[in-house]
Amino acid sequence: MLFEYAIVAGVLFGLFYSFLSIGLNLVFGVQRIVNLAHGDVIMIGGFASWELYYTYHLSPLISVLVVIPPAVLAGYVIYRLVAGPLSRAKDPEMLSLILFFGISQILEAIVTIVLGNNQRSLPSGAVISRPVQFLGQNYPGVWWIVAATSVPMIGLILLYLYKTKLGTATRAIMSDAVEAAAVGIDVRKVSAITFGVGLGITASVGAVAPFMLGGVDPSEGVNLTILAFAVIVIGSLGNIAGTVVGGVIFGLALELTQLYIPSWSSLIPYALLLLVLIVKPSGVLGRRLRSA
Amino acid sequence: MDRPTVIDTVKGEPKERQRFVFKQLLKRKNVVDLLGLLIPVVAFSFAPHFYSNEILLISMMIYIALAQGVNVIYGLTGYLPFGYVGFYGVGAYGTSLAILDLHVAPEIAIVIGGLVSAILALVLTPLLKLSGSYFAIATLATAEALYALIANPSLKNITQGPYGINIGAVYSSGGSYVVAVVLLGLSILTVVVIKRSRLGLALRAIRNDPVSASLSGVNVVLERTKAWVVAAAIAGLAGGVFAWTITIFYPSAVFDISISVFAIVFALFGGVGTTFGPIVGAVVLYGLYSYIGVTQPQYFQLIFGVIIVIFVLFLPKGVAGIANALIRRFRMRTIREEA
Repeated sequence: MLFEYAIVAGVLFGLFYSFLSIGLNLVFGVQRIVNLAHGDVIMIGGFASWELYYTYHLSPLISVLVVIPPAVLAGYVIYRLVAGPLSRAKDPEMLSLILFFGISQILEAIVTIVLGNNQRSLPSGAVISRPVQFLGQNYPGVWWIVAATSVPMIGLILLYLYKTKLGTATRAIMSDAVEAAAVGIDVRKVSAITFGVGLGITASVGAVAPFMLGGVDPSEGVNLTILAFAVIVIGSLGNIAGTVVGGVIFGLALELTQLYIPSWSSLIPYALLLLVLIVKPSGVLGRRLRSA
Repeated sequence: MDRPTVIDTVKGEPKERQRFVFKQLLKRKNVVDLLGLLIPVVAFSFAPHFYSNEILLISMMIYIALAQGVNVIYGLTGYLPFGYVGFYGVGAYGTSLAILDLHVAPEIAIVIGGLVSAILALVLTPLLKLSGSYFAIATLATAEALYALIANPSLKNITQGPYGINIGAVYSSGGSYVVAVVLLGLSILTVVVIKRSRLGLALRAIRNDPVSASLSGVNVVLERTKAWVVAAAIAGLAGGVFAWTITIFYPSAVFDISISVFAIVFALFGGVGTTFGPIVGAVVLYGLYSYIGVTQPQYFQLIFGVIIVIFVLFLPKGVAGIANALIRRFRMRTIREEA
């Protein structure tokens, strides 16, 4: 019985992890930028959702959509500001890592200065208070709600990528930026928009993340970034659909180790990440090269 | 290396002039390297007479050593070790466990800590196959995994798990200060020696173009591994010095990711690839940190983040880059005046 419980919980959390990581994958796939501020964007989405809930009594499920436009705008502006100087650097990929670490420090510091260094949590009653019964077991209802939110949000990203003109341009840049420029795609502009969309979906997951992570606090960013990176590496970088697979594998691995070898479960994200990087660097689904 | 040709065009007798300039250049380089080694060692040797906070001075020396270690692996190979702290933590634990279980003298235990880190680096060489961001994140994951491993309650009998280390019995404030100065000198000397050796030449060649370097007979994997192991050993020794200085610590204190980040940013701020850069970066920024970072960490974090962004975007060569540009401008002017 416990085994089934872990499997179901693993899938529910897995969908949430996919939602949590998809923005990082989008940003990396397009410009090879590892957005080390990814976790901080989730954190800011969480605080925004908290404020909206307590000040305007807005359901976090609505905040999921409300936080997207400002995040897209912020992403677009940030990208426009840093892309120029970065592309002139000798080693843009490494420098972008350090740069976004700096941005993550700034975000964390500002949030700490403004809101204080405390964890805040959203009551699960904000969306659903009663447990959900499934196959004879009781699960916190909020897990199902968040998983059910994750699916359409990931769907939206796929819709954007595969059904819109901008999405087609984005995928063209993902496979080859130079070729994309050659056929007349404004690489800078599309990359900036994609960066914005990546941040938008990331802030959006932040709005419901406090339910799954137990709360939101200013210093959670780094660990969430590593978690998201593990998920997209498992699912293969640059492959958006792979993120879903990566998330579910990750969720299952985490729940199963928590069930059977709880003291070692904190090792799981890192062990899985290293295992995939060393054994099959292209990820579970991918064919892309990533070694030197 | 463009300086001789510039001067060539200014004054005649190319060959003789060139030889003369070349000699001067070598001399200047010698002097710079020698000063880069002597100034910090002498300054830190006498610092306790003027400034009583020895822990702060030792921490600063540890960060100079770590920044020089980052200089070896990032500055010379382009590999960004976000998880560099893993070697530091393993060094601290290797040292402490050698003291507790093998009952060796702290100085020897620190050497053992350095060795353990170097061996760990050898085990982790498959990571060097990864490029760019993958390497950076993989090392980060390794450091976190090592932390989860060492702090694991299941290993309480071996590592004391999350309850931390206590080697208070061997505490010696004078002794740990001396080894910190030795560590400082050693780390700077390592950078100077590597930069001047065939290894340094090979690493520069690999950094500029790995394919051409390997076609010219450079064993890319081997040379990178050497730099990786040396950098790891420096971090391991630094961790050992920290352990002996503090004597009581929790695993979270020696596996804190911000240690890696400090070392990287200090090196970057001063200028990677130079001897002086990481020293300047560590002294200035760690000084700033101990001035405001302890009481107002969030404001330090803000300043730190802004410094990172400004340096990455506008001054990727760091303080050393600014200094070199100034020196070059000054020299050009004097040469022009001579002519």
